[in-house]
Amino acid sequence: MIEGHPTNKPVMLVFWAYVLIPLAWGVYNTLSQAAKLFS
Amino acid sequence: MSSISDYKNGQGQSKPPFFSKEATIAQPGFSRWMVPPAALAVHLCIGQAYAFSVFNGPLTKVIGITQSGPGDWALTSLGWIFSLAIVCLGLSAAFAGRWLEKVGPRRTMFTAACCFGAGFLVSAVGVWLHQIVLLYLGYGLLGGIGLGLGYVSPVSTLIRWFPDRRGMATGMAIMGFGGGAMIAAPLSVLLMNHFKSATSVGVAETFVVMGVLYFISMTIGSLAIRIPPADWKPAGWTAPVAQGKLISRNHVHIDEALKTPQFYLIWAVLFFNVTAGIGILSQASVMIQESFKETITAAAAAGFVGLLSLFNMGGRFVWASASDALGRKNTYFVFFLLGAVLYYLVPSFAAAGNVALFVAAYAVILSMYGGGFATVPAYLADIFGTAFVGGIHGRLLTAWAAAGVAGPVLINYIRAYEVAHGVASADAYTITLRIMVVLLLLGAACNFLVKQVDAKHHMKETATA
Repeated sequence: MIEGHPTNKPVMLVFWAYVLIPLAWGVYNTLSQAAKLFS
Repeated sequence: MSSISDYKNGQGQSKPPFFSKEATIAQPGFSRWMVPPAALAVHLCIGQAYAFSVFNGPLTKVIGITQSGPGDWALTSLGWIFSLAIVCLGLSAAFAGRWLEKVGPRRTMFTAACCFGAGFLVSAVGVWLHQIVLLYLGYGLLGGIGLGLGYVSPVSTLIRWFPDRRGMATGMAIMGFGGGAMIAAPLSVLLMNHFKSATSVGVAETFVVMGVLYFISMTIGSLAIRIPPADWKPAGWTAPVAQGKLISRNHVHIDEALKTPQFYLIWAVLFFNVTAGIGILSQASVMIQESFKETITAAAAAGFVGLLSLFNMGGRFVWASASDALGRKNTYFVFFLLGAVLYYLVPSFAAAGNVALFVAAYAVILSMYGGGFATVPAYLADIFGTAFVGGIHGRLLTAWAAAGVAGPVLINYIRAYEVAHGVASADAYTITLRIMVVLLLLGAACNFLVKQVDAKHHMKETATA
Protein backbone atom coordinates (compact mmCIF):
# COMPACT_ATOMS: atom_id res chain seq x y z
CA MET A 1 0.00 0.00 0.00
CA ILE A 2 1.88 3.01 -1.28
CA GLU A 3 0.63 6.52 -0.81
CA GLY A 4 -0.64 8.15 -3.94
CA HIS A 5 -1.97 4.90 -5.42
CA PRO A 6 -5.47 3.48 -5.24
CA THR A 7 -5.96 0.93 -2.49
CA ASN A 8 -5.16 -2.58 -3.63
CA LYS A 9 -8.30 -4.65 -3.03
CA PRO A 10 -6.55 -8.00 -2.38
CA VAL A 11 -4.24 -6.28 0.10
CA MET A 12 -7.27 -4.84 1.83
CA LEU A 13 -8.88 -8.31 2.02
CA VAL A 14 -5.68 -9.75 3.47
CA PHE A 15 -5.57 -6.95 6.01
CA TRP A 16 -9.14 -7.65 7.08
CA ALA A 17 -8.35 -11.37 7.33
CA TYR A 18 -5.27 -10.53 9.40
CA VAL A 19 -7.45 -8.96 12.12
CA LEU A 20 -10.59 -11.06 11.78
CA ILE A 21 -9.02 -14.54 11.83
CA PRO A 22 -7.47 -14.11 15.32
CA LEU A 23 -10.72 -12.53 16.47
CA ALA A 24 -12.71 -15.48 15.12
CA TRP A 25 -10.34 -17.86 16.92
CA GLY A 26 -10.89 -15.96 20.16
CA VAL A 27 -14.67 -15.97 19.69
CA TYR A 28 -14.60 -19.72 18.95
CA ASN A 29 -12.65 -20.39 22.14
CA THR A 30 -15.02 -18.24 24.17
CA LEU A 31 -18.07 -19.90 22.61
CA SER A 32 -16.62 -23.30 23.52
CA GLN A 33 -16.29 -22.08 27.09
CA ALA A 34 -19.78 -20.55 27.04
CA ALA A 35 -21.23 -23.87 25.82
CA LYS A 36 -20.43 -25.34 29.25
CA LEU A 37 -23.28 -23.22 30.63
CA PHE A 38 -25.78 -25.22 28.60
CA SER A 39 -24.22 -28.67 29.02
CA MET B 1 7.46 25.53 5.30
CA SER B 2 5.67 23.66 2.56
CA SER B 3 1.91 23.31 2.76
CA ILE B 4 0.00 20.07 2.36
CA SER B 5 -1.05 21.13 -1.16
CA ASP B 6 2.60 21.62 -2.09
CA TYR B 7 3.32 18.05 -1.07
CA LYS B 8 0.28 16.86 -3.01
CA ASN B 9 1.36 18.73 -6.12
CA GLY B 10 4.92 17.56 -5.85
CA GLN B 11 6.17 21.13 -5.43
CA GLY B 12 7.45 20.75 -1.89
CA GLN B 13 11.17 20.66 -1.29
CA SER B 14 10.96 17.45 0.72
CA LYS B 15 8.45 14.88 1.81
CA PRO B 16 6.95 15.36 5.25
CA PRO B 17 8.47 13.08 7.92
CA PHE B 18 6.94 9.60 7.79
CA PHE B 19 5.38 9.82 11.25
CA SER B 20 4.07 13.38 10.78
CA LYS B 21 0.38 14.09 10.51
CA GLU B 22 0.87 15.44 6.98
CA ALA B 23 2.37 12.15 5.80
CA THR B 24 -0.75 10.26 6.87
CA ILE B 25 -3.14 12.30 4.74
CA ALA B 26 -4.75 9.87 2.30
CA GLN B 27 -4.14 10.30 -1.39
CA PRO B 28 -6.91 10.02 -4.00
CA GLY B 29 -8.05 6.45 -4.46
CA PHE B 30 -7.45 5.40 -0.85
CA SER B 31 -10.30 3.23 0.46
CA ARG B 32 -11.63 4.20 3.86
CA TRP B 33 -12.23 0.48 4.53
CA MET B 34 -8.50 0.17 5.18
CA VAL B 35 -8.93 2.23 8.34
CA PRO B 36 -11.12 -0.10 10.49
CA PRO B 37 -8.65 -3.03 10.29
CA ALA B 38 -5.83 -0.61 11.13
CA ALA B 39 -7.77 0.43 14.24
CA LEU B 40 -8.62 -3.20 15.03
CA ALA B 41 -4.94 -4.16 14.75
CA VAL B 42 -4.33 -1.85 17.72
CA HIS B 43 -7.49 -2.47 19.75
CA LEU B 44 -7.27 -6.26 19.48
CA CYS B 45 -3.80 -6.00 21.05
CA ILE B 46 -4.56 -3.62 23.89
CA GLY B 47 -7.74 -5.55 24.72
CA GLN B 48 -5.30 -8.06 26.21
CA ALA B 49 -5.51 -6.01 29.39
CA TYR B 50 -8.79 -7.71 30.33
CA ALA B 51 -7.02 -11.08 30.19
CA PHE B 52 -4.07 -10.12 32.39
CA SER B 53 -5.52 -12.14 35.27
CA VAL B 54 -4.46 -15.40 33.52
CA PHE B 55 -0.90 -14.54 34.62
CA ASN B 56 -1.80 -14.03 38.27
CA GLY B 57 -1.70 -17.70 39.29
CA PRO B 58 1.63 -18.52 37.60
CA LEU B 59 3.16 -15.26 38.89
CA THR B 60 2.51 -16.43 42.44
CA LYS B 61 4.72 -19.49 41.73
CA VAL B 62 7.76 -17.96 40.03
CA ILE B 63 10.09 -19.27 42.76
CA GLY B 64 8.21 -22.36 43.93
CA ILE B 65 7.23 -23.35 40.33
CA THR B 66 4.66 -26.01 41.32
CA GLN B 67 3.32 -24.08 44.28
CA SER B 68 3.95 -20.74 45.96
CA GLY B 69 7.25 -20.83 47.79
CA PRO B 70 8.88 -18.55 50.34
CA GLY B 71 9.48 -15.15 48.76
CA ASP B 72 6.90 -15.67 46.01
CA TRP B 73 4.63 -12.74 45.20
CA ALA B 74 1.20 -12.55 46.81
CA LEU B 75 -1.95 -12.01 44.75
CA THR B 76 -2.55 -8.72 46.56
CA SER B 77 0.79 -7.39 45.30
CA LEU B 78 0.13 -8.65 41.77
CA GLY B 79 -3.32 -7.02 41.70
CA TRP B 80 -1.62 -3.63 41.62
CA ILE B 81 -0.12 -4.32 38.19
CA PHE B 82 -3.52 -4.33 36.49
CA SER B 83 -4.85 -1.47 38.65
CA LEU B 84 -1.83 0.68 37.81
CA ALA B 85 -2.23 -0.11 34.11
CA ILE B 86 -5.88 0.99 34.16
CA VAL B 87 -5.04 4.19 36.05
CA CYS B 88 -2.28 4.96 33.51
CA LEU B 89 -4.72 4.16 30.70
CA GLY B 90 -7.14 6.78 31.99
CA LEU B 91 -4.47 9.38 32.70
CA SER B 92 -2.62 8.98 29.40
CA ALA B 93 -5.87 9.05 27.43
CA ALA B 94 -6.88 12.20 29.29
CA PHE B 95 -3.58 14.04 29.01
CA ALA B 96 -2.40 12.89 25.57
CA GLY B 97 -5.55 13.99 23.79
CA ARG B 98 -4.16 17.37 22.77
CA TRP B 99 -0.90 15.74 21.58
CA LEU B 100 -2.92 13.23 19.54
CA GLU B 101 -4.75 16.01 17.75
CA LYS B 102 -1.44 17.77 17.05
CA VAL B 103 0.72 14.88 15.80
CA GLY B 104 -1.97 12.67 14.27
CA PRO B 105 -2.86 9.00 14.74
CA ARG B 106 0.22 7.35 13.19
CA ARG B 107 2.74 8.70 15.66
CA THR B 108 0.35 8.16 18.57
CA MET B 109 -0.37 4.57 17.55
CA PHE B 110 3.33 3.84 17.04
CA THR B 111 4.14 5.35 20.45
CA ALA B 112 1.40 3.13 21.89
CA ALA B 113 3.02 0.12 20.19
CA CYS B 114 6.42 0.99 21.66
CA CYS B 115 5.02 1.52 25.16
CA PHE B 116 2.80 -1.57 25.18
CA GLY B 117 5.48 -3.85 23.70
CA ALA B 118 8.19 -2.43 25.96
CA GLY B 119 5.87 -2.86 28.94
CA PHE B 120 5.84 -6.62 28.35
CA LEU B 121 9.61 -6.77 27.86
CA VAL B 122 10.36 -4.82 31.04
CA SER B 123 7.90 -7.07 32.88
CA ALA B 124 9.71 -10.15 31.53
CA VAL B 125 12.95 -8.81 33.00
CA GLY B 126 11.05 -8.20 36.23
CA VAL B 127 9.98 -11.86 36.35
CA TRP B 128 13.51 -13.11 35.61
CA LEU B 129 15.01 -10.88 38.32
CA HIS B 130 11.97 -11.39 40.56
CA GLN B 131 11.61 -7.63 41.05
CA ILE B 132 7.92 -6.75 41.19
CA VAL B 133 8.70 -3.05 40.84
CA LEU B 134 9.73 -3.81 37.24
CA LEU B 135 6.28 -5.27 36.60
CA TYR B 136 4.69 -2.13 38.04
CA LEU B 137 6.92 0.04 35.84
CA GLY B 138 6.66 -2.29 32.85
CA TYR B 139 3.10 -3.51 32.37
CA GLY B 140 1.61 -1.06 34.88
CA LEU B 141 3.17 2.25 33.84
CA LEU B 142 4.57 1.75 30.32
CA GLY B 143 1.90 -0.72 29.28
CA GLY B 144 -0.83 1.47 30.77
CA ILE B 145 0.37 4.46 28.77
CA GLY B 146 0.34 2.26 25.67
CA LEU B 147 -3.22 1.21 26.51
CA GLY B 148 -4.45 4.80 26.81
CA LEU B 149 -2.72 6.08 23.68
CA GLY B 150 -3.76 3.04 21.69
CA TYR B 151 -7.38 3.26 22.84
CA VAL B 152 -8.03 6.85 21.78
CA SER B 153 -5.71 7.24 18.79
CA PRO B 154 -7.73 5.60 15.97
CA VAL B 155 -11.18 6.65 17.20
CA SER B 156 -11.28 10.25 15.93
CA THR B 157 -9.75 9.14 12.61
CA LEU B 158 -12.56 6.62 12.13
CA ILE B 159 -15.16 9.25 12.90
CA ARG B 160 -13.69 11.53 10.21
CA TRP B 161 -13.63 8.72 7.64
CA PHE B 162 -17.20 7.64 8.38
CA PRO B 163 -19.27 10.80 8.90
CA ASP B 164 -22.24 8.85 7.57
CA ARG B 165 -21.76 5.92 10.00
CA ARG B 166 -19.86 7.26 12.98
CA GLY B 167 -21.32 4.75 15.42
CA MET B 168 -20.59 1.73 13.26
CA ALA B 169 -17.01 2.85 12.66
CA THR B 170 -16.14 3.44 16.30
CA GLY B 171 -18.10 0.34 17.25
CA MET B 172 -15.82 -1.78 15.06
CA ALA B 173 -12.65 -0.50 16.73
CA ILE B 174 -13.93 -0.61 20.29
CA MET B 175 -15.36 -4.07 19.64
CA GLY B 176 -11.71 -5.01 19.12
CA PHE B 177 -10.89 -3.91 22.65
CA GLY B 178 -13.60 -6.26 23.92
CA GLY B 179 -12.39 -9.07 21.69
CA GLY B 180 -8.69 -8.67 22.49
CA ALA B 181 -9.02 -10.59 25.73
CA MET B 182 -10.65 -13.50 23.91
CA ILE B 183 -7.49 -13.86 21.84
CA ALA B 184 -5.04 -13.07 24.63
CA ALA B 185 -6.41 -15.46 27.26
CA PRO B 186 -6.07 -18.74 25.28
CA LEU B 187 -2.87 -17.49 23.59
CA SER B 188 -1.28 -16.74 26.98
CA VAL B 189 -2.22 -20.17 28.30
CA LEU B 190 -0.85 -21.88 25.18
CA LEU B 191 2.44 -19.97 25.41
CA MET B 192 2.86 -20.55 29.15
CA ASN B 193 2.26 -24.28 28.68
CA HIS B 194 4.80 -24.29 25.85
CA PHE B 195 7.51 -22.51 27.85
CA LYS B 196 6.81 -24.15 31.21
CA SER B 197 9.72 -26.20 32.52
CA ALA B 198 11.15 -27.56 35.76
CA THR B 199 12.78 -24.18 36.41
CA SER B 200 10.25 -21.76 34.94
CA VAL B 201 6.51 -21.14 35.02
CA GLY B 202 6.86 -19.77 31.47
CA VAL B 203 5.52 -16.29 32.19
CA ALA B 204 8.67 -14.32 31.33
CA GLU B 205 9.08 -16.09 27.99
CA THR B 206 5.39 -15.55 27.27
CA PHE B 207 5.75 -11.84 28.07
CA VAL B 208 8.63 -11.58 25.57
CA VAL B 209 6.69 -13.31 22.78
CA MET B 210 3.52 -11.31 23.43
CA GLY B 211 5.43 -8.03 23.68
CA VAL B 212 7.06 -8.62 20.30
CA LEU B 213 3.80 -9.82 18.69
CA TYR B 214 1.83 -6.86 19.99
CA PHE B 215 4.53 -4.40 18.96
CA ILE B 216 4.51 -5.77 15.40
CA SER B 217 0.72 -5.87 15.13
CA MET B 218 0.22 -2.37 16.51
CA THR B 219 3.00 -1.03 14.28
CA ILE B 220 1.26 -2.52 11.24
CA GLY B 221 -1.89 -0.67 12.33
CA SER B 222 0.03 2.58 12.70
CA LEU B 223 1.60 2.20 9.25
CA ALA B 224 -1.75 1.52 7.59
CA ILE B 225 -3.68 4.37 9.21
CA ARG B 226 -4.55 7.40 7.08
CA ILE B 227 -6.49 10.55 7.82
CA PRO B 228 -8.84 12.05 5.27
CA PRO B 229 -8.08 15.42 3.64
CA ALA B 230 -9.83 18.29 5.40
CA ASP B 231 -12.56 18.67 2.79
CA TRP B 232 -13.09 14.94 2.23
CA LYS B 233 -16.51 13.29 2.37
CA PRO B 234 -17.78 9.90 1.19
CA ALA B 235 -18.60 9.74 -2.53
CA GLY B 236 -22.21 10.65 -3.13
CA TRP B 237 -22.80 11.62 0.47
CA THR B 238 -23.86 15.06 1.55
CA ALA B 239 -24.46 16.11 5.12
CA PRO B 240 -28.23 16.10 5.60
CA VAL B 241 -29.66 19.62 5.45
CA ALA B 242 -32.15 19.04 8.21
CA GLN B 243 -29.89 17.23 10.64
CA GLY B 244 -31.00 16.15 14.07
CA LYS B 245 -30.77 18.86 16.68
CA LEU B 246 -27.94 17.08 18.46
CA ILE B 247 -25.62 16.69 15.46
CA SER B 248 -23.49 19.80 15.36
CA ARG B 249 -21.83 21.16 12.24
CA ASN B 250 -19.60 23.27 14.48
CA HIS B 251 -16.50 22.33 16.43
CA VAL B 252 -15.60 22.89 20.06
CA HIS B 253 -11.96 23.15 21.17
CA ILE B 254 -10.70 20.45 23.54
CA ASP B 255 -10.20 22.97 26.39
CA GLU B 256 -13.45 24.77 25.70
CA ALA B 257 -15.35 21.46 25.89
CA LEU B 258 -14.45 21.24 29.59
CA LYS B 259 -16.34 24.51 30.16
CA THR B 260 -19.60 23.12 28.84
CA PRO B 261 -22.22 21.28 30.92
CA GLN B 262 -22.55 18.80 28.04
CA PHE B 263 -19.09 17.36 28.75
CA TYR B 264 -19.94 16.65 32.39
CA LEU B 265 -23.38 15.30 31.54
CA ILE B 266 -21.93 12.84 29.00
CA TRP B 267 -19.20 12.03 31.54
CA ALA B 268 -21.99 11.11 33.99
CA VAL B 269 -23.84 9.16 31.28
CA LEU B 270 -20.74 7.03 30.66
CA PHE B 271 -19.99 6.74 34.38
CA PHE B 272 -23.46 5.43 35.28
CA ASN B 273 -23.60 3.08 32.30
CA VAL B 274 -20.18 1.60 33.07
CA THR B 275 -20.76 1.42 36.84
CA ALA B 276 -23.90 -0.65 36.29
CA GLY B 277 -22.09 -3.14 34.05
CA ILE B 278 -18.60 -3.40 35.45
CA GLY B 279 -19.66 -4.58 38.90
CA ILE B 280 -21.66 -7.40 37.35
CA LEU B 281 -18.78 -8.38 35.10
CA SER B 282 -16.43 -8.64 38.06
CA GLN B 283 -18.83 -10.81 40.07
CA ALA B 284 -20.65 -12.76 37.36
CA SER B 285 -19.26 -16.18 38.23
CA VAL B 286 -19.99 -15.92 41.96
CA MET B 287 -23.38 -14.31 41.36
CA ILE B 288 -24.83 -17.07 39.16
CA GLN B 289 -23.49 -19.81 41.45
CA GLU B 290 -25.03 -18.21 44.52
CA SER B 291 -28.32 -17.57 42.75
CA PHE B 292 -28.65 -21.17 41.46
CA LYS B 293 -26.77 -23.26 43.99
CA GLU B 294 -28.31 -26.58 42.95
CA THR B 295 -28.00 -26.22 39.19
CA ILE B 296 -24.96 -24.10 38.27
CA THR B 297 -21.51 -25.64 38.67
CA ALA B 298 -18.20 -23.74 38.60
CA ALA B 299 -17.64 -24.88 34.99
CA ALA B 300 -21.08 -23.64 33.96
CA ALA B 301 -20.40 -20.35 35.74
CA ALA B 302 -17.20 -19.98 33.70
CA GLY B 303 -19.36 -20.52 30.62
CA PHE B 304 -21.65 -17.74 31.85
CA VAL B 305 -18.65 -15.39 32.11
CA GLY B 306 -17.61 -16.34 28.57
CA LEU B 307 -21.11 -15.68 27.28
CA LEU B 308 -21.14 -12.26 28.92
CA SER B 309 -17.79 -11.46 27.30
CA LEU B 310 -19.26 -12.29 23.91
CA PHE B 311 -22.25 -10.04 24.48
CA ASN B 312 -19.99 -7.32 25.84
CA MET B 313 -17.98 -7.47 22.60
CA GLY B 314 -20.91 -7.90 20.22
CA GLY B 315 -22.86 -5.09 21.90
CA ARG B 316 -20.05 -2.69 21.08
CA PHE B 317 -20.59 -3.16 17.36
CA VAL B 318 -24.34 -3.77 17.31
CA TRP B 319 -25.44 -0.93 19.60
CA ALA B 320 -22.97 1.62 18.21
CA SER B 321 -24.13 0.77 14.67
CA ALA B 322 -27.76 0.97 15.75
CA SER B 323 -27.08 4.42 17.21
CA ASP B 324 -26.50 5.71 13.66
CA ALA B 325 -30.19 5.10 13.03
CA LEU B 326 -31.63 5.59 16.53
CA GLY B 327 -29.58 8.65 17.44
CA ARG B 328 -27.03 8.70 20.23
CA LYS B 329 -29.31 10.14 22.88
CA ASN B 330 -32.08 7.63 22.18
CA THR B 331 -29.59 4.76 22.26
CA TYR B 332 -28.49 5.74 25.77
CA PHE B 333 -32.12 6.03 26.82
CA VAL B 334 -32.52 2.40 25.71
CA PHE B 335 -29.43 1.44 27.74
CA PHE B 336 -30.68 3.14 30.87
CA LEU B 337 -34.38 2.33 30.74
CA LEU B 338 -34.15 -1.24 29.44
CA GLY B 339 -31.20 -1.78 31.79
CA ALA B 340 -33.23 -0.54 34.75
CA VAL B 341 -36.13 -2.87 33.90
CA LEU B 342 -33.80 -5.86 33.52
CA TYR B 343 -31.93 -5.14 36.75
CA TYR B 344 -35.27 -4.85 38.53
CA LEU B 345 -36.47 -8.20 37.14
CA VAL B 346 -33.26 -10.23 37.61
CA PRO B 347 -33.87 -11.07 41.31
CA SER B 348 -37.31 -12.42 40.45
CA PHE B 349 -35.82 -14.59 37.68
CA ALA B 350 -33.36 -15.96 40.25
CA ALA B 351 -36.13 -16.50 42.82
CA ALA B 352 -38.19 -18.39 40.22
CA GLY B 353 -35.19 -20.56 39.42
CA ASN B 354 -35.33 -19.50 35.77
CA VAL B 355 -31.72 -19.76 34.59
CA ALA B 356 -32.52 -18.97 30.95
CA LEU B 357 -34.17 -15.63 31.74
CA PHE B 358 -31.45 -14.80 34.27
CA VAL B 359 -28.72 -15.43 31.69
CA ALA B 360 -30.61 -13.62 28.91
CA ALA B 361 -31.13 -10.54 31.11
CA TYR B 362 -27.45 -10.30 32.00
CA ALA B 363 -26.43 -10.92 28.39
CA VAL B 364 -28.52 -7.94 27.26
CA ILE B 365 -27.21 -5.82 30.17
CA LEU B 366 -23.60 -6.60 29.24
CA SER B 367 -24.27 -5.88 25.57
CA MET B 368 -25.43 -2.42 26.64
CA TYR B 369 -22.35 -2.00 28.86
CA GLY B 370 -20.15 -2.58 25.81
CA GLY B 371 -22.46 -0.49 23.67
CA GLY B 372 -21.99 2.44 26.04
CA PHE B 373 -18.23 2.45 25.47
CA ALA B 374 -18.57 2.20 21.70
CA THR B 375 -21.32 4.78 21.26
CA VAL B 376 -19.78 7.56 23.34
CA PRO B 377 -17.15 8.73 20.78
CA ALA B 378 -19.91 9.25 18.20
CA TYR B 379 -22.02 11.02 20.84
CA LEU B 380 -19.11 13.38 21.51
CA ALA B 381 -18.59 13.97 17.78
CA ASP B 382 -22.28 14.83 17.41
CA ILE B 383 -22.17 17.31 20.28
CA PHE B 384 -18.67 18.83 20.01
CA GLY B 385 -17.87 18.31 16.31
CA THR B 386 -15.07 16.17 14.94
CA ALA B 387 -12.07 18.56 15.13
CA PHE B 388 -11.00 17.61 18.67
CA VAL B 389 -13.12 14.54 19.34
CA GLY B 390 -10.08 12.33 20.00
CA GLY B 391 -8.82 14.56 22.78
CA ILE B 392 -12.26 15.12 24.27
CA HIS B 393 -12.88 11.36 24.21
CA GLY B 394 -9.58 10.82 26.03
CA ARG B 395 -10.60 13.19 28.81
CA LEU B 396 -14.03 11.59 29.08
CA LEU B 397 -12.44 8.21 29.75
CA THR B 398 -11.72 9.34 33.31
CA ALA B 399 -15.38 8.32 33.81
CA TRP B 400 -14.32 4.76 33.02
CA ALA B 401 -11.58 4.86 35.65
CA ALA B 402 -14.02 6.26 38.25
CA ALA B 403 -16.64 3.65 37.38
CA GLY B 404 -13.99 0.94 37.56
CA VAL B 405 -13.68 1.74 41.25
CA ALA B 406 -17.34 2.49 42.00
CA GLY B 407 -18.93 -0.54 40.29
CA PRO B 408 -17.09 -3.37 42.03
CA VAL B 409 -17.11 -1.49 45.35
CA LEU B 410 -20.89 -1.12 45.21
CA ILE B 411 -21.44 -4.77 44.35
CA ASN B 412 -18.91 -6.23 46.80
CA TYR B 413 -19.34 -4.00 49.84
CA ILE B 414 -23.13 -3.80 49.83
CA ARG B 415 -23.36 -7.55 49.41
CA ALA B 416 -20.85 -8.11 52.21
CA TYR B 417 -22.82 -5.73 54.46
CA GLU B 418 -26.06 -7.59 53.77
CA VAL B 419 -24.53 -11.03 54.36
CA ALA B 420 -22.99 -9.75 57.62
CA HIS B 421 -26.49 -8.68 58.70
CA GLY B 422 -28.05 -12.07 58.16
CA VAL B 423 -29.32 -11.87 54.57
CA ALA B 424 -29.03 -15.19 52.69
CA SER B 425 -26.24 -15.04 50.11
CA ALA B 426 -28.69 -15.89 47.29
CA ASP B 427 -30.78 -12.84 48.20
CA ALA B 428 -27.87 -10.54 48.97
CA TYR B 429 -27.66 -9.06 45.50
CA THR B 430 -31.27 -7.83 45.44
CA ILE B 431 -30.59 -4.52 47.19
CA THR B 432 -27.43 -4.01 45.14
CA LEU B 433 -29.38 -4.51 41.94
CA ARG B 434 -32.05 -2.06 43.14
CA ILE B 435 -29.25 0.47 43.65
CA MET B 436 -28.09 -0.20 40.10
CA VAL B 437 -31.64 0.61 38.94
CA VAL B 438 -31.38 3.98 40.69
CA LEU B 439 -27.98 4.64 39.12
CA LEU B 440 -29.33 3.85 35.68
CA LEU B 441 -32.27 6.21 36.20
CA LEU B 442 -29.81 8.93 37.25
CA GLY B 443 -27.93 8.21 34.03
CA ALA B 444 -31.16 8.58 32.07
CA ALA B 445 -31.74 11.95 33.76
CA CYS B 446 -28.25 13.16 32.80
CA ASN B 447 -28.82 11.96 29.26
CA PHE B 448 -32.12 13.83 29.15
CA LEU B 449 -30.33 17.07 30.08
CA VAL B 450 -27.83 16.86 27.19
CA LYS B 451 -28.64 19.67 24.75
CA GLN B 452 -26.80 21.45 21.97
CA VAL B 453 -23.62 23.27 22.96
CA ASP B 454 -24.08 27.02 23.28
CA ALA B 455 -22.76 28.83 20.19
CA LYS B 456 -20.34 30.87 22.33
CA HIS B 457 -18.22 27.69 22.73
CA HIS B 458 -17.92 27.05 18.99
CA MET B 459 -14.61 27.58 17.24
CA LYS B 460 -14.39 30.15 14.48
CA GLU B 461 -14.15 28.80 10.90
CA THR B 462 -10.56 30.04 10.56
CA ALA B 463 -9.46 28.15 13.66
CA THR B 464 -10.66 24.80 12.33
CA ALA B 465 -9.37 25.25 8.78
